[in-house]
Amino acid sequence: MLRITCPYCGERDYVEFGYGGDAENTMPELSDTDIGRWADYVFFRNDPKGEHAEFWHHQHGCRQWLRVVRNTVTHEVISVRPASETDAPTQGKQVEVA
Amino acid sequence: MTHYSAFSLFKEALRGNKGWSRAWRDAEPKPAYDVVIIGGGGHGLATAYYLAKEHGITNVAVVEKGYIGGGNTGRNTTIVRSNYMIDGNTSFYEHSMKLWEGMSRDLNFNVMYSPRGQINLCHSPAQMDAAMRRGNIMRMNGIDAELLSREAVMKRVPILDYSANARFPIHGGLLQERAGTARHDAVAWGYARGASARGVDIIQGCEVTGYQWDRGRIVGVETTRGPIKAKKVAMAVAGHTSHMAKMAGLRLPIETHVLQAFVTEAIKPVIDCVVSFGAVHFYISQSDKGGLVLGGDLDGHNSYGQRGDLPIVEENMAAAKALVPLVSRLQLVRHWAGVMDMSMDGSPIMCKSPVEGLYINGGWCYGGFKATPASGWCYAHTIATERPHALNARFTLDRFHRGYQIDEKGMGPTPWAH
Ligand SMILES: Cc1cc2nc3c(=O)[nH]c(=O)nc-3n(C[C@H](O)[C@H](O)[C@H](O)COP(=O)(O)OP(=O)(O)OC[C@H]3O[C@@H](n4cnc5c(N)ncnc54)[C@H](O)[C@@H]3O)c2cc1C
Ligand SMILES: [Zn+2]
Repeated sequence: MLRITCPYCGERDYVEFGYGGDAENTMPELSDTDIGRWADYVFFRNDPKGEHAEFWHHQHGCRQWLRVVRNTVTHEVISVRPASETDAPTQGKQVEVA
Repeated sequence: MTHYSAFSLFKEALRGNKGWSRAWRDAEPKPAYDVVIIGGGGHGLATAYYLAKEHGITNVAVVEKGYIGGGNTGRNTTIVRSNYMIDGNTSFYEHSMKLWEGMSRDLNFNVMYSPRGQINLCHSPAQMDAAMRRGNIMRMNGIDAELLSREAVMKRVPILDYSANARFPIHGGLLQERAGTARHDAVAWGYARGASARGVDIIQGCEVTGYQWDRGRIVGVETTRGPIKAKKVAMAVAGHTSHMAKMAGLRLPIETHVLQAFVTEAIKPVIDCVVSFGAVHFYISQSDKGGLVLGGDLDGHNSYGQRGDLPIVEENMAAAKALVPLVSRLQLVRHWAGVMDMSMDGSPIMCKSPVEGLYINGGWCYGGFKATPASGWCYAHTIATERPHALNARFTLDRFHRGYQIDEKGMGPTPWAH
């Protein structure tokens, strides 16, 4: 079973987590009107065969979002850190409104 | 190539079956071809077959890193259907269905296409309404569909849980009578045999590791068995679509995910059609050998590892038990996995790529087996004429930038939830 070591809760089976997908996709500024950049962000992925940075949500644990680097061939987890230290997952990103 | 017939079977039976020849040539790579197809799955082999048969292009190689049919072609649960309702999908999958109906005769190879019927179950009045809508749209597109009442489902599939305790009560279902199953390996072998007989080279154990370039244009492939020049390079690599595209500098609206399937020990015939659960993602049929064939959800995180994890085994067995109580007395004898090219709208991409000389065929998600004949047919047309056929004209790459996604389920760009 794939296991993720949550920085808050320790090593847990992946079934405790919800998958949040690619963590290297950055959202354009809300004021950006370029349809190409929005389409790239919403639909296009690097989808690497190898190391993949991805978000996981510890739904049945501390409920924190994590940024996990995992190998998509061997499923080996290479690193885990709180997503808040890097970038918030897509849906949670706050944008300042003037 | 021996023509297979009742007579040839009879003749060989009398001669101790010593006169059969190889079904297709195991070719060595030549230095150059008109078309190199990457991937010897059903789609790649069908493309080669139709290039030769429909367009007279026979200087073609199919380059396969393992053995033909060893990818998703040989790993899928063999369900063939055309119960789609969005423009773009309806006519394409119905064309595929028609090709399935004539395939064994066309290929002179028994692909064991079995139109045993497929039922999508409904578990609420709202699902019955949705099924009726889907069925009506299908019929308006000339696709057969029939709404079944609860009683009709009970009669057709007696082994489901119809008790008062059923977790998801069965209200009825949508039946496509012409849907069914086919022998997956036979599809690969049949197309390989047909293509080979028309002069196509099928090269196994030959992995494409990169492309050859000339002034921004792809002019061939690098392989583990040396370079091969090609006027056109066409990928048909299913779960490796993103990977092969990246080598050409392309980023696609695709994520690669792993899907598992399961077979139980063989029992006497208990179910003579394909049944899909409408409450959770799960489906069941019975193979000719008697094993129940079960499948369901993706594992749910990006993966190129052709093996699955245990929680999905448990999830599928729970669904199986909820729908078909008798499975609790059976043993699972095998389970395996394949890697799926999950597109962002759940529909395929089949077009010329933005790179000159390279063609894309991918994003089949977990429904590409049924598409095999139409995919090969349309892809051959696209490669030969440089233009899509009307049937695949909507499967473009730029639909995502133009807002023309073909999202049958309305799921949005979360492919692990499709
Ligand atoms: C468990 C499971 C159940 C499924 N059930 C169904 C179903 O019931 N109905 C349905 O319609 N669909 C189903 N599918 C989906 C279907 O199997 C696929 O969509 C379809 O087979 C993909 O096309 P293909 O046959 O050409 O792919 P494949 O058979 O995977 O062919 C691609 C080939 O490309 C080769 N390749 C990859 N990279 C390279 C390279 N660099 N060089 C050379 N060769 C390369 C691979 O080795 C492989 O043989 C299922 C899939 C799975 C895994
Ligand atoms: Zn935690």
